[in-house]
Amino acid sequence: MRDLFYDLVKRNGMAVSIYLMVAVSLWVFLLIILPQLTMLDYSFRFNLPPGKIGGPEDVYTLDQYRYFFQGSGSSGGLNTLDIGILFKTLMSAVFVTVFDLLICYPVAFVLAKSSTGAKARLLVLALIVPYWINEILRAFAFRILFGSTGVINEVGMGLGLFDSPVDFIREDVALYAGLAYAYILLMIFPLYNAIESLDRNQIEAAQDMGANWWQVHSKVVIPYAKPGIASGMTMVFMLTAGALAAPQILGGPSNLWFTQLVYQWFNSGGNWPRGSAYAMILLVVCIALVLLTMRIFKVSIGEIKR
Amino acid sequence: MTFAGVGTFMTKEISLEHVWVEFGEFTAVQKANLNIAGGEFFSFLGPSGCGKTTLLRCISGFQEPTRGLVKIGGKDMKGVGPNKRPTALIFQNLALFPLRSVADNISFPLEVRGVDKKTRRKRADELLELIALPGQGDKKVSELSGGQKQRVAIARALAVEPDILLLDEPLSALDLKLRQHMRTELRAIQKQVGLTFIYITHDQGEALTMSDRIAVMNKGKIEQIGDGKTIYDHPSTSFVASFVGENNVLEGTVLTNDGKMMQIDAGLGTLFHVESHPAGGPALAPGDACQLFVRPEALKIAKSDNSLNQFETRFVTEEFEGNMRHIVLDAQGKKLKLSLINDGTHSIGASAPVKLDFAPALGIALKPGELASA
Repeated sequence: MRDLFYDLVKRNGMAVSIYLMVAVSLWVFLLIILPQLTMLDYSFRFNLPPGKIGGPEDVYTLDQYRYFFQGSGSSGGLNTLDIGILFKTLMSAVFVTVFDLLICYPVAFVLAKSSTGAKARLLVLALIVPYWINEILRAFAFRILFGSTGVINEVGMGLGLFDSPVDFIREDVALYAGLAYAYILLMIFPLYNAIESLDRNQIEAAQDMGANWWQVHSKVVIPYAKPGIASGMTMVFMLTAGALAAPQILGGPSNLWFTQLVYQWFNSGGNWPRGSAYAMILLVVCIALVLLTMRIFKVSIGEIKR
Repeated sequence: MTFAGVGTFMTKEISLEHVWVEFGEFTAVQKANLNIAGGEFFSFLGPSGCGKTTLLRCISGFQEPTRGLVKIGGKDMKGVGPNKRPTALIFQNLALFPLRSVADNISFPLEVRGVDKKTRRKRADELLELIALPGQGDKKVSELSGGQKQRVAIARALAVEPDILLLDEPLSALDLKLRQHMRTELRAIQKQVGLTFIYITHDQGEALTMSDRIAVMNKGKIEQIGDGKTIYDHPSTSFVASFVGENNVLEGTVLTNDGKMMQIDAGLGTLFHVESHPAGGPALAPGDACQLFVRPEALKIAKSDNSLNQFETRFVTEEFEGNMRHIVLDAQGKKLKLSLINDGTHSIGASAPVKLDFAPALGIALKPGELASA
């Protein structure tokens, strides 16, 4: 820490260094660590009326976590509803992440290796422009698109693909499409960066030695782009699992996203400690899943930040 | 290094028939016509941007010619992808796979052909033995030195068992000593495996020392094809004369040409007598403008006062290169270079006029043409 500061001072001068240190510390501490610690603290407390906070009943408890596993029943049965929602949320997020990877990899590859200069920049711009529109607006646009009188149903019926309108909302198609679209750039750019730095000759050398296009990708490009793939997948997975707007707007009536549960406990439920406990559970499970996946695919965190 | 027992390499001849490559308005290769015999060490020599790499890519299959045919072993290669051609390419930057071990690099061609792991490893070990890196298969590529990487790239290319090995300036990244060593080594490998080598370079030293034949290229055109000695001693165009080796050039006019000897007036107060070289380039007729080339080592300090082709110059400066001394002289405003072996005896006065001459056989008169830029 001290060496780091001296190094900063040597490079940037005293004023800039102090500003950097203070700004970064404030950011990390005030905006990340402190709120999370507060949430953690909340999650281990009872939901008490304001008058009793700080009183003799305000003690640490595992009650909020117990509720997630066992529900309100004292019989010790499992809270299958909430656990099921968590499981479904995670599975859906994995599905959306893999789906994003599948559609982004070819795009990133073409961007990085086949198009040049101005053309690539134009393509990147075309990818970014839709994101100038607010996330909620985009979600509503998807709702209209997939609605029973939406463009997709109209066209589908016009072409005779199906007789009556398909309820894309109830079937969660709209939700998956909306989520997949919401974080697609976070997949494309890490992939693009990784593939872009791959020497073209490596691809040609592989071809020259007899590799077909599938082998070129599986043996040369994908191993090389693995850190980028891991970084893109981590971001998309984390954000999808933690998404609120898209599930709220595009989700079917019978399908809850785990974040919606958290939201309900905080908001209509008025139970902040339980909401905090649920948020913590989501965070820990997501991180564990990411670390486990990275271990399976032998990617280290150090590689990802490249 | 020995290559006995590496397996038998078939070797095939290559022919290019009227090959043109155009990129939009730009013509990268025009009307390339040549045959390369099986087992030949053939070099394409030319400045960067002359089209030699494009031509190599046509042979390896990464580039389809706009017009014309590429034939390998008599078979038209049109529509045959690089992974299906009997060629192996060694890239300028070698393009070894950094994430794979040395052995996995070498056995990559076998891996994509579905050869099982044990056989692959055995073959990789054999090839490592042969490039004098035994037992280094488990090393990372980054742990090797430049010369070792070079040899691994060759082993990887040989693992394909190609009929033709294509090399795209593979030595340009090495330092001088290693480069010279690898020249000898490459030539030895080629002799031992008997494979057709096609070598791309802008370095005339590499081309001259290694090749059986050389094609000199400029601006997409093959200017001359011949063995090293022919290219150097009897260039057929001004470009070849000025690009391969160093040359002094004098602008002049042909006065007489009897088919054996020409007389040329180069405005230096002397009628130069040079041999006609009917084999090299179009014949010059009296009255034609010409460029007269005399190599720095062909110029001599005149021993007598009345030798043939004698003319007067003034000393300008001297560049010392160890084994050679390059003396810059001025002949009526024209800068000429004279190279002398450093035997410790020469001394040229800075003030007195220097009389030079050259043998008629060593002057080359050619139709005026484009000169290689220095």
